[in-house]
Amino acid sequence: MTATRLFGTLAHRAAILCFIAFALFPLYWLLKVSVTPNDLLYSEGVRMWPSRTTLDHFRFVLANSEFPRFFANSLIVSGSTALVSTVLAALMGYALSRFQFRGKLWLAALLLITQMFPLVMLVAPIFKILSPLGLTNSLTGLVIVYTAFNVPFASFLMQGFFDGIPSDLEQAAMIDGADRFTAFRHIILPLALPGVAATLGFVFTAAWSEMIFALMLISGSEKATFPVGLLTFVSKFSVDYGQMMAAGVLALIPACLFFLLIQRYLVQGMTAGAVKG
Amino acid sequence: MTATPIPATYRRPLRQRLAVTLEPWLYCAPVLILITAVMLVPLILGISYAFRDIQLLNPFSGGFVGLEHFKTLGQDDAFLRALRNTLWWTGASVFFQLAFGLILALLLNVPFAGRGLAQSLVFLPWAVPTFLAGLNWAWLFNPVIGPIPHWLFALGLMDEPSNILADPSIAMWGPILAATWWGIPFFAITLLAALQSIPKDLYEAASIDGASPIQRFFSITLPYLAPVIAITVLLRTVWVANFADLIIVMTNGGPADRTQTVASYIFTQAFKRLDFGYASAVALVLLALLLAYSMVILVFRQKLSNRDK
Repeated sequence: MTATRLFGTLAHRAAILCFIAFALFPLYWLLKVSVTPNDLLYSEGVRMWPSRTTLDHFRFVLANSEFPRFFANSLIVSGSTALVSTVLAALMGYALSRFQFRGKLWLAALLLITQMFPLVMLVAPIFKILSPLGLTNSLTGLVIVYTAFNVPFASFLMQGFFDGIPSDLEQAAMIDGADRFTAFRHIILPLALPGVAATLGFVFTAAWSEMIFALMLISGSEKATFPVGLLTFVSKFSVDYGQMMAAGVLALIPACLFFLLIQRYLVQGMTAGAVKG
Repeated sequence: MTATPIPATYRRPLRQRLAVTLEPWLYCAPVLILITAVMLVPLILGISYAFRDIQLLNPFSGGFVGLEHFKTLGQDDAFLRALRNTLWWTGASVFFQLAFGLILALLLNVPFAGRGLAQSLVFLPWAVPTFLAGLNWAWLFNPVIGPIPHWLFALGLMDEPSNILADPSIAMWGPILAATWWGIPFFAITLLAALQSIPKDLYEAASIDGASPIQRFFSITLPYLAPVIAITVLLRTVWVANFADLIIVMTNGGPADRTQTVASYIFTQAFKRLDFGYASAVALVLLALLLAYSMVILVFRQKLSNRDK
């Protein structure tokens, strides 16, 4: 019995290790090629780690390419999208969590439907609408579009967190004379801070990853976000693997940082939602 | 929260009643306005484009063409092939994501030292921007800098280290593998949350009654997970069918259109050929198919849960 138990434990740990290896290997390879000197790139193709490493690719990408600008553009777009979406989603999620009103079910259904239909369908009409407003080839245009795409899911996420906070708390404040919005801001919102963090992180990551609309709406490198810049770079200089991968590693940093910060809250929030069923 | 009943003799003044009715809508208004302007209006506009001749570079376009686009669609071999490819791409991606996601969730549901760290590491691919995931896997498949062709060659699965993304007969496996890598965490997170909500005493009772782990899995775990799996698969299928990023980045629909899906075809029509009318017609067909699929799944799920009762 103990032998089978030991075997089971070992098999379990081995399986976990396999999953970790599968998850990390592509990222490891990205990092490896980004620090491999050009002269070793082909001669040591499949070696797990090059015999010499260099930061030249990073130096070049940071100093002589347009990637710092792409990086800044992406930060501005993703940061603004995350902020605006979270504020709007907090209001919407609060309404869904605390009020009973006619049309609420329809509202929730509407939010759900916006998550279902093909976003690629909106590429052409959104371009046609934004173009006369001067919002194509503009970071503001991207922020507006990304906020709209992300706010429905963010609202549900926030609603889940608000549902976990007893409503007696703001009832008490309102009896003491505070109006509802003050109670929401000063009592409920601080308690929902993990939810706010999760929502910020989720929206930031989603906006950082978006490519289709960025390709369609942005032309020229002045306003390019990271994916647009990277894909242009790849199609132009498709032999400079070291530099491309160094740029790729840079694209990874903010998204991963955010994710590691929030992933604990994310599982927590989803568990809370699941318990409520 | 119970509403206090208002005595019949006392009605609050109109202004106050109006304020109470309007209050929730004030909280919803910003989101509602934004969604209407950026999603609903373009959706309706997009549907109208499907019946019009809209080409960005042609100033004389814009006229109403009726069902012309749909007639063209019926004879468009590239579209019909994209439809078949979409089935294959979506089915295989979702199946592998679900299978490995479920295994991972079950593994992570067992307490062990370092579980938090392991969880962070295996969920990491989800945070990787999809364009980068696509490029990263394309590089891994590239025999010049990637190891995969050399491994396959060493295993005798390949005659020479070559790029599977360039081989029409197997190119689709490239994006499918990348999508699986990227999507496993999503299923694992969702299913792990569902697993943790199963009451522990159920398992205790079952093991006292002498149920084996396999019996416990099939008679407790799986029935509990089934509704979550059904809804997650439904949402993911729709999402993956619409998801063009990986294909655009990795193969751009090639070689010889073998990896072109309907979603990437729409993007190609709109982005490269700037033919908004035709792209919208294709998008409308995709929307109709996905709606039909969702209906079938929802009806099926309703039937299943009715049978249980």
